[in-house]
Amino acid sequence: MSVEIDIQHDFKSFQLDVQISAPPGITALFGRSGSGKTSIINSVAGLLHPDEGKISIDGTPLFDRAAGVNLPVHHRRLGYVFQDARLFPHLTVRQNLTFGRWFAPERAPQAELDRVVEMLGIGHLLSRRPGALSGGEKSRVALGRALLSSPRLILADEPLAALDEARKAEIIPYFERLRDEARVPILYVSHSPAEVARLATTVVALDAGHVVAQGPAAEVLGDPEVMPLGPRGAGAVIGARVAAHHQDGLSELQAGGVPLFLPRVAATVGTTLRLRIAAQDVLLSRARPEGLSALNILPGRIDSIRHGAGPGAMVALDTPAGRVLARVTQRSVGALGLSEGAECFAIVKTVSIAPDDVSG
Amino acid sequence: MDWLGPAEWEAVRLSLRVAAVAVAASLPLGIFVAYALARWRFPGHGLLNGLVHLPLILPPVVTGYLLLLGFGPQGPVGGVLEAVGLPVAFRWTGAALAAAIMAFPLMVRAIRLSIEAVDPGLERAAATLGASRGWVFLTVTLPLTLPGIIAGAILAFAKAMGEFGATITFVSNIPGETRTVPSAIYAFLQVPGGEDAAVRLVLVSVGVAMAALILSEWLARAAARRVGHS
Repeated sequence: MSVEIDIQHDFKSFQLDVQISAPPGITALFGRSGSGKTSIINSVAGLLHPDEGKISIDGTPLFDRAAGVNLPVHHRRLGYVFQDARLFPHLTVRQNLTFGRWFAPERAPQAELDRVVEMLGIGHLLSRRPGALSGGEKSRVALGRALLSSPRLILADEPLAALDEARKAEIIPYFERLRDEARVPILYVSHSPAEVARLATTVVALDAGHVVAQGPAAEVLGDPEVMPLGPRGAGAVIGARVAAHHQDGLSELQAGGVPLFLPRVAATVGTTLRLRIAAQDVLLSRARPEGLSALNILPGRIDSIRHGAGPGAMVALDTPAGRVLARVTQRSVGALGLSEGAECFAIVKTVSIAPDDVSG
Repeated sequence: MDWLGPAEWEAVRLSLRVAAVAVAASLPLGIFVAYALARWRFPGHGLLNGLVHLPLILPPVVTGYLLLLGFGPQGPVGGVLEAVGLPVAFRWTGAALAAAIMAFPLMVRAIRLSIEAVDPGLERAAATLGASRGWVFLTVTLPLTLPGIIAGAILAFAKAMGEFGATITFVSNIPGETRTVPSAIYAFLQVPGGEDAAVRLVLVSVGVAMAALILSEWLARAAARRVGHS
């Protein structure tokens, strides 16, 4: 299943003009607030009618301005997970979960309800009302409710934004499972780089209503030209396999033959993880450093250097582990004589990789 | 309950019937108008709002006289109703019509407030789950509004029980047909020695009004509790 979006809409404050192709897995719509992320998924849901364009799922049009097609919201069969959960306060958790089943063309079997309830761990909440739930519990019920409406596509509008870090960590694994089961595509709106790096299969970077880049997550997040949140939010994603857990509380990972040391991760030896390495946590050195406390040293070749308006520069480095971004000063670029094609070493402090940056 | 005389009982029974019919017949329209005013923007929105509230502002005798012009035997609507066998002039049905119109603003106001308290986001969420407009209304809007609807109906019932000016102007004060509690109190006060009966009916009126106010206040609070916990 895939979703094709090609829409234009004139908001008073900005123009929305996007062409997006979302394959199975999680497609993250990534950008600052006001970049048009929510408008895009509201258009897909049918809550907003764009001035021009078309939206289709697997070739079936939901909306086509030119052809006069505009499926009403309730016929689109999409599971929308709202930022504020929007559970029905007068219904129990069970009634909330089964709300969509009354209207689905093929009613999801009881087994499906049991499976979702078990996956989300909300069995003990079924007879309660939403008013008596915590924020994290509400989010899980909202996700379950969307899943049980037999959707062809799931839309998630910053579903974790209202939660604290602990609750986020509680919900993220469920989205990872959904992504890996890959039954339906998920359009996931977020402005959190860590969240996008962990979850996204495909990243669509948005700025002021336009797509700046779209493609596989590692490619888009490792592109120094694409920084929808500015250099502070930039960071590349690399894949690494857990090689060993050491006695001193560190885990050793292998990424393209380079050993990386991280604070102990929960994954078992042999699993492949994604690591987000924030550009501002990376140092560059022309020579292999000696007598340095940092444990992670990645040799590489400079692919590109992007000079910004301020004193900073974004250096993209191709290493055996994958693309790494480093945010350094332009003065350092000059002092070290960094240029495209030059060999250098990226240094990453072990403790700068937070548990938030690691995922399965 | 033999502390009320037969004539007084007759007035109380008639008032209860008039008020019950007035509320039951106008409630569906009241919900529809309240929903339209709360959720839709259309040309004439302000005019409809004004029209609904007019009986609250106009002297009741003016409303009664306008009803007489429109619904009297010679009136444009009254003639039609007469022809289909539903005459309202000088009948208890006319008293119910007058009571319904006078109570309508209170009913619509209470229902509209509780509809406005329902988060439209919940209605949109229901639509994304596959519910059509009608089902959204029945499964989300209506249940969340229900305490407000009940409160509005109770207020309207109490108002209908007490309606006097429009009723006596439109359908006069005929014992057994249009002599409701207020009309009866007025009639008793016109004759020597009628004060005792009048006072008994006054007590009935005060009791009904107080009970209605307390009940509707309690229901309004229940509504707020229900809608507030999203």
